[in-house]
Amino acid sequence: MRLRHLLSGVAMLAASAGAAPAATITVATVNNSDMIIMQRLSTKWEQATGNKINWVVLEENVLRQRVTTDIATKGGQFDVITIGSYETPIWGKQKWLMPLDDFAASYDYNDIFKNVRDALSTDGKLYAVPFYAESSFTFYRKDLFDAAGLKMPDHPTYDQVAQFADKLTDKSKEQYGICLRGKPGWGENMAFIDPLVNTFGGRWFDMKWNPQLDTPEWHKALTYYVDIMHRDGPPGATGNGHNENRALFATGHCAMWIDATSAAGYIYNKSNSQVYDKTAFTAAPVEVTPHGAGWFWAWALAVPSTSKQAKAAKEFLAWSTSKDYVKLVGETDGWTVAPPGTRASTYDNPAYIKAAPFAETVKNAILAADITQPTKDPVPYKGIQYVAIPEFQAMGTQVGQLVSAALAGQMSVDAALKQAQAAVKSTMEQAGYIQ
Amino acid sequence: MSTAAAATVPAGTRKGRPRAGGQVSTLPLVGPAVVLLLIFSLVPLAATLYFSVIRYNLVNPLIHGFAGLSNYRFLFADPALLYSLFVSVLLVLEVLAITVIFGAILASLFEARFPGRGIARVLMISPFFVMPTVSALIWKNLLMHPVNGFIAWITRGLGLGVIDFFTDLPLTSVVIIVAWQWLPFAFLILLTALQSLDEETREAASIDGAGPVRTFLFIEVPHMGRAISVVVMMETIFLLGIFAEIYVTTSGGPGIATTNLTFLIYQRALLAFNVGGASAAGVIAIILANILAAFLVRAIGKRLEI
Amino acid sequence: MSARTRVQPVAGTLAWLASLLMFFPIFWMFLTSFKTEVEAIATPPELVFWPTFENYRDIFQRADYVAFAINSVIVSFGSTVIAILLAVPAAFAMAFYPTERTRGTLLWMLSTKMLPPVGVLVPIYLFARDVDLLDTRTALVIMYTLMNLPIVVWMLFTFFKETPKAIIEASRIDGANVGQTIFLVLLPLVMPGIASTALLNIILSWNEAFWSLNLTAHNAAPLTAFIASFSAPEGLFWAKLSAASTLAIAPILVFGWISQRQLVRGLTFGAVK
Repeated sequence: MRLRHLLSGVAMLAASAGAAPAATITVATVNNSDMIIMQRLSTKWEQATGNKINWVVLEENVLRQRVTTDIATKGGQFDVITIGSYETPIWGKQKWLMPLDDFAASYDYNDIFKNVRDALSTDGKLYAVPFYAESSFTFYRKDLFDAAGLKMPDHPTYDQVAQFADKLTDKSKEQYGICLRGKPGWGENMAFIDPLVNTFGGRWFDMKWNPQLDTPEWHKALTYYVDIMHRDGPPGATGNGHNENRALFATGHCAMWIDATSAAGYIYNKSNSQVYDKTAFTAAPVEVTPHGAGWFWAWALAVPSTSKQAKAAKEFLAWSTSKDYVKLVGETDGWTVAPPGTRASTYDNPAYIKAAPFAETVKNAILAADITQPTKDPVPYKGIQYVAIPEFQAMGTQVGQLVSAALAGQMSVDAALKQAQAAVKSTMEQAGYIQ
Repeated sequence: MSTAAAATVPAGTRKGRPRAGGQVSTLPLVGPAVVLLLIFSLVPLAATLYFSVIRYNLVNPLIHGFAGLSNYRFLFADPALLYSLFVSVLLVLEVLAITVIFGAILASLFEARFPGRGIARVLMISPFFVMPTVSALIWKNLLMHPVNGFIAWITRGLGLGVIDFFTDLPLTSVVIIVAWQWLPFAFLILLTALQSLDEETREAASIDGAGPVRTFLFIEVPHMGRAISVVVMMETIFLLGIFAEIYVTTSGGPGIATTNLTFLIYQRALLAFNVGGASAAGVIAIILANILAAFLVRAIGKRLEI
Repeated sequence: MSARTRVQPVAGTLAWLASLLMFFPIFWMFLTSFKTEVEAIATPPELVFWPTFENYRDIFQRADYVAFAINSVIVSFGSTVIAILLAVPAAFAMAFYPTERTRGTLLWMLSTKMLPPVGVLVPIYLFARDVDLLDTRTALVIMYTLMNLPIVVWMLFTFFKETPKAIIEASRIDGANVGQTIFLVLLPLVMPGIASTALLNIILSWNEAFWSLNLTAHNAAPLTAFIASFSAPEGLFWAKLSAASTLAIAPILVFGWISQRQLVRGLTFGAVK
């Protein structure tokens, strides 16, 4: 009995002695390769500070659902969460996240691109710090273009892309002129369709939140998409998301691919890609307006307001999104995989420019993506390939399903858009945006 | 319904009651399980009913208040609802048909003696141990992919061209994956049932000159009747909730070709964290489950003499 | 020679063919786990290649596989044991002392299985938060116990019903109480049934992927969460996923293989007369 008391006393002493400076934080993140590198490198941070990190690494969709449930119910399971530019302003407004404006001067907020900061702020306060940011642009196979005597312009139009795709398709060799997303989902096929619609002059809602999906602009954009995919796309397109297309492009099956800039480092990496030395990059194609032609997305780190280890969590954020962290990745894992799109200093670094020939194109694409002016006509929402309202995930996915039905030839573009319009209208009525 | 119960009650009395009047109080025995299940099903049921009539969106606290029946109204106005019910039922029926038919044939084959039967049986039942997400990922990316997949490689090699599984045959593809996972289950239960078929019956059949096909159809299949009922009942319960396979492979598409009720609820409600809408859909699902259960019970419960 | 003792080459060949076909996807996954990512998606598929252990090395470096596996074992075995302890008395009473409510109770139990879990995620999450059970194995054990209880009760009920009533009554007349009757007389008789019920329950719990992902974070995360961290939305991942999947299903597969004789003997569901 007495011994046990003694022991527990010693244990308590030991615990209190050790607990004073050190903290254990739980970090929830997606399993994209950049975050896996962060997980590995953060042992350095743990050693330096004496803190410990419990990692929860999950696939994007699972993580999003998990984190949303927890934060909305104030479950308090996580000290650091990985969220996108879609969630940040919505959650920031609810005061579910802590403002992150108080990092030390050495963090240099002004080094972060302004449009990235704006995307992660609401009411003038920064609620998440960017880990990496991306836009979309065009990957193309230089060797195939050269062989066919074609030249990709710096700012291609969708008409040109269609011509190129027609010329470069050779189905007998399993070579497809263009690979585009087809798997339904707001973050899958709709991430491509929304910018396409934007540049064709369309928009999701007018200023009074009336859905605009049955307009001629949507109709033209979708018809273009379905036609080009039928003529020049790979089979199984309705099942292809970002990842499937990445695999197709990396194995040399696609002549063009319009997708995330953040995939450039991967395609350029010899050990994953069979086309690393044959690929070139150019801006996302444009039709009637340059507004919203390329999307904008940032993966960012935030601290839920329920966190009991806010101090350590913020320290971790200040470390993992710092200039020094970018440098650390460049030095340990190679500059091609340094987190892109967030800091001017990354693009001023000669080592990065030298290792990543796509750097300038990526930077321009990101700087051109203005989420506050995503369309030709004014809209009441922010976001290029999303609408920053909580209802969008479900609506986007529902419309994505109809788009995939049109792509599969199950229904006409006309019918798909009529249904989409009705579905979106119903959701908006239910949520009380329109009466 | 009452015949089964009536048959068992006198049986207990006929053979002489144990002392103390034979009154074993069953309440303390059944009690714990029943009470737990009551709590587990009634509390969420009450919560679901309550949420289904309020406006409650987890990610938008600005939306609140009493909704009346509007959650239901929006649900029934959804053209996908009826179709998703159809998909749910079709999925269950197709998988049931495949697993029962092939399960019975395979069980009959495995009743024969042949070298390595134990190993073959182990290989046969392995798919049942694979997590649904994993099996969906394997099938989609390694086997059925029209460019990189193994099946495409085979069919191309045979000059048959390529089957674009998830575009042209979306529901069939999902059915194949699900059936692959559940065939071992049907096989195991039917095999167990078949093992109790006595030798004399078999021998009598073979003396009468019945070949393997006739033996199978007229001796083995009738013998497996009750076991088949078990398979149908158990699988129905699980197959109605199929989600991971759809989510991973087609996301319910193209269009709504593979959207079953579970996936519809996920997509309309959970994705938007629309608790009110999800609850309304949940209530519909519960009502459906009970209709189906009643139906199943009528058809199968009787055979099982519950 | 009876039909059952004679070797039947045709049936045997067909059975073997079917087995190989059924096992092929798992075999292919296993093979893929030893390829590089580029080899894994190559067309035509690489049939001859130098096996690499790189995927396994990466996985062990990135995630604490053992911790995930231990959680899976504790949760699936724990919930199974508790479910069986709860179900044995209930099934016993229903099988041997049926009342007019028995049938209704059983069927109602089964119908609770059909409740879609997505509908009740929010209330259950809130409850788990309030009683401080988020990210604990206890929460998962409770969920799985309740989730599988109907099936367990029902399976045990069918086994118990097969047992001759006379044996139970005899032991009661000999003065045994209910507990003694259950544990000394009935259980030994229905052991195969209980064993296969337990096996089936363990498999179902092991593969459950809704609650295990939604109620855990770090401390209680089982192998389904381990898998969810390897099915990446970006980049080639088939080889690594194959390796992770192989690791995730290996324990249950080995366990299933060892116990399959038991499974084959016990899954009668009272369906055998």
